[in-house]
Amino acid sequence: MAKTPVVILGSGNIGTDLWCKIRRHAKLTTALMVGIDTASEGLRRASEAGCPTTAQGIDYFAERCPDLADILLDATSAAAHRYHAQVARELDKRIIDLTPAAMGPFVVPSINLTAHIDAPDINMVTCGGQATVPIVAAVSRVAKVQYAEIVSTIASRSAGPGTRQNIDEFTRATAHALESIGGAGRGKAIIILNPADPPLIMRNTIYLDVGEAAENEITAAVRQAVSAVQQYVPGYRLRVPPLLYDGRVTVMIEVTGAGDFLPTYAGNLDIMTCAAVRVAEELAAHPWQGALT
Amino acid sequence: MSPDIILVDTTLRDGSHAVAHQFTLDVVKSVVRSLERSRVRYIEVGHGDGLGGSSIQYGFSKEREELYLQEARAALDKTQLAVLLLPGIGTYDELMRARELGVTMLRVATHATEADISEQYIRLAKDHGMQVVGFLMMAHMLEPGKLAEQALLMADYGADVVYVTDSAGALLPEGVKRRVGALRTRLSIPVGFHAHNNLGLSIGNSVAAVDAGATYIDGTLGGLGAGAGNAPIEVLAAVLDKMGLETGVDLYSIMDAAEWVASAGLARPVTIGRSNLTIGYAGVYSSFLLHAERAASRFGVDIRDILVELGRMRVVGGQEDMIVDVAYNLSKGRESEV
Repeated sequence: MAKTPVVILGSGNIGTDLWCKIRRHAKLTTALMVGIDTASEGLRRASEAGCPTTAQGIDYFAERCPDLADILLDATSAAAHRYHAQVARELDKRIIDLTPAAMGPFVVPSINLTAHIDAPDINMVTCGGQATVPIVAAVSRVAKVQYAEIVSTIASRSAGPGTRQNIDEFTRATAHALESIGGAGRGKAIIILNPADPPLIMRNTIYLDVGEAAENEITAAVRQAVSAVQQYVPGYRLRVPPLLYDGRVTVMIEVTGAGDFLPTYAGNLDIMTCAAVRVAEELAAHPWQGALT
Repeated sequence: MSPDIILVDTTLRDGSHAVAHQFTLDVVKSVVRSLERSRVRYIEVGHGDGLGGSSIQYGFSKEREELYLQEARAALDKTQLAVLLLPGIGTYDELMRARELGVTMLRVATHATEADISEQYIRLAKDHGMQVVGFLMMAHMLEPGKLAEQALLMADYGADVVYVTDSAGALLPEGVKRRVGALRTRLSIPVGFHAHNNLGLSIGNSVAAVDAGATYIDGTLGGLGAGAGNAPIEVLAAVLDKMGLETGVDLYSIMDAAEWVASAGLARPVTIGRSNLTIGYAGVYSSFLLHAERAASRFGVDIRDILVELGRMRVVGGQEDMIVDVAYNLSKGRESEV
C-alpha cells in the first residue's frame, strides 16, 4: 500500500524530529518540509536525505504544489499557526497543530484519538499536556479531581525559539486541557526550563486534589494510563509510584526521547511528535470528506 | 533631590516565603503604610513566586492575589506598587489584572540563562506603560560575561533596569562586583542587586554591588525573606547613608517599621542556621527551605542531604517538585539521576 504523504511546517527542533519519525514510518511519508530560513539545520538534513524542502514558507506549498498532500503538521509557533490554519482552510487540507495556538479541539491519543477525526484543525495541546493529561483523565475516572496542577521541567537546549516565545500560550493551553479533557474542576500548569549540563530528561509532576479516594484504584488507573501512553511514546514512565497523602495524589513522570533529532533527554519533543504522528496515522486511515461536506 | 540609590522593598513578596505565603490583609496594610511613611519608592507585593505563584508546587497564599494588591494599593500614595512574574508560572491575564489594580512596575524573573523567555512579558508591560525590571535569578550559576549577554537581551526587549539576583545567597562580594560590573559595562540602563543572607553576606554583597555601580538595591524589613532572608532594608538605609549616598528613605521611620515586623511575630526568626547555610553553600534556591524541611520530616532524611543533592543536580528556581523526588529517593537509598 502506498504511504500517505504529509507536509511538515517548521524546520526547528519539533519539525525536524517529526521528519525523523515519519522517515521510518510504515504508512506515512514527508512530501515536503517547509521552513522560512535557508540556513536551517532541519531543512539541510531533510534535503540531504532526499526529502523535498522549501525555505519560502507555506505560500510555496499553497501556490506551487498544493496537491502534494492533504495532511499538514504544523510545528512552528502559535502566531504562525493562525496564518497556516487559514491557508489550510482555503486549500481544504487537514492540519495537525503542534503549537499551543489551541484553535482546534485538543487531542491526546490515549484519551480521545478519534473524537475529532473530522475536525479540520486538531491541536496537540503542549508537550506538558501530552505528558500529564492522560494521568489526570485516568484518575478522573475513579475519583473526583477537584484541582489538577502540573509542573513540566524541560532541558533548556530542547526549547527552541518557538517554545520560548510561546510560554504564555503553553501555560494557558495546558491548564485548559487539564480541565476540558482531563476532567479536572480547575487546572493550572507551570513550565520550567533547566539549563543543566548534561541536560535533564523531561520530567512532569502531576498534583491532583481528590479528597476521598481509594488508593489502590488510583494506583491502578495511573499504571494503566502509563501503559496506554507507552504504546506510542516508548520512553514514557513513572519515576516514583503514585503518592497519596492527605487527599492529594502526586505522580511523577519522566519522558525519555528516542534520540532522533535531539539526544534522549528531549522527551518533550518526542511526546509531541509521537502523539502527532499517531494522529496523522489515524487521519490517513480516515479519508477526508472536506470541511464543507 | 533624586536619590543616588533606589531602595526597593520586597517584604510583602520575598518575605512571603518566610511565612509560607500566609500574610493577612491587615499585615499588608500595616507594612505598606509604614513603608510609605519611610518614603520607600517601590514596594513589591504578592506570593513569593510572583503572579500565579499560589499553587500546590509553591504553597497556596492565604488570600487571593487581587485582594493583596487591592489592599496595598489602597494604603499607598506616592509609593509605587510592583509585582513579580516568572514566565512559566504567571500569565498575561494575571499581569493585566494586576495593572488594572494599580500596579505600575513589573519585575520579570527568569533563570540566569533563560532571559529570552521574558520577551513576551517585557514587551506587553512596556506596551501598557509599565516600568519593567528584568531579574536574572540564580546569578551565581553563570559567569559575568554570559550574565551580561542575558541582561542585554532583557534591555533589548525594553527593560528599564536589570538585576543581578543572588537567589541562592551563594555569591561572595567579589562575585557580586564582577557580575554587576559586567552588566554596567554592557548596559546603558541602571543595574540592580537582590541579596539573600544564607552566607551572612546580604549587606556586604549589597555594598559590593553599589561599589560596582548598582543603583537599585532590594531589601526587606528585618530581612524577612526566603532562606536566611534578604538584605534588611533598614540596615541598607543606614549603611548607604554612612557611605554618603542618598536613598531618600527616612531612617528612623524604616527602623520603626522593621521593629514592628520583628515584634509582630509574623514568622519564626529568620536566621542562618544549618539549613540556610547549606542552601548558600550548595547554591540552592532560597525558597526551597520550608519545602525541604517538610520533605525531610515526611521521608525521614537529613535536610542537608536533600539540599546538597539538589545543588549537585543543578536544580533551578521553581523546581520545588524535585525536593520530594530527591527526598523520596534518598529515603529508599537510591540516587536521583539528573
